[in-house]
Amino acid sequence: MNAIFDFLTFSLLAWALALTALRLILGPSLPDRAVALDLLGTVVLAFIAANSLQSGETLLLDVLLVSAIILFLGTIALAHYLERIR
Amino acid sequence: MNSSFEWIELVGRTIGLLGAFFVFVAALGVFRFPDVYMRTHAATKAGTLGLGLLLLSVAIQYPSVPTFLKAIVILIFLFLTAPVAAHAISRAAFLQKVKLWERTHTNELEGKYSADGKTLDS
Repeated sequence: MNAIFDFLTFSLLAWALALTALRLILGPSLPDRAVALDLLGTVVLAFIAANSLQSGETLLLDVLLVSAIILFLGTIALAHYLERIR
Repeated sequence: MNSSFEWIELVGRTIGLLGAFFVFVAALGVFRFPDVYMRTHAATKAGTLGLGLLLLSVAIQYPSVPTFLKAIVILIFLFLTAPVAAHAISRAAFLQKVKLWERTHTNELEGKYSADGKTLDS
């Protein structure tokens, strides 16, 4: 029962990762790539949460919190850079 | 006792699957939408909702006080920072004059920013 849920969850997340990476490669402008990179980080956070859900290792939530902070700072830095180079 | 525990597990797993589905919808929106602003909208709304549902699923599945508190803290942090990041990126895109989709017919922000992008004329 749980194996079916795990399979569906991880395959949906893998498809999300593939589509976002495709937009990161294709994206016509630089802000497109910034949006795709932000969503890529969110998908990785979702992978960490799904891994914690599957294995019962709730210490992974600490990892998730730190990764979320780093992702936010990186996105803000990238947006600041995009405003500087216009 | 035993059967109620299984019910909680089933509900938690279903919420987790729903969260993964919403993350997938966000990726689909980022892949398919025609311009930056729509892509930002899809990524930030559906992505935050999906990650929030996955965290809620972890908190339901393994109920203890530290897990619940950590999940709530991460949720509050996400709800505070995701709109800020999306706004920063789309503001940079607008100041870079990234083209809107050709069938967008109203642009209420056009010409409202000053030349240096620091002040907004209302």
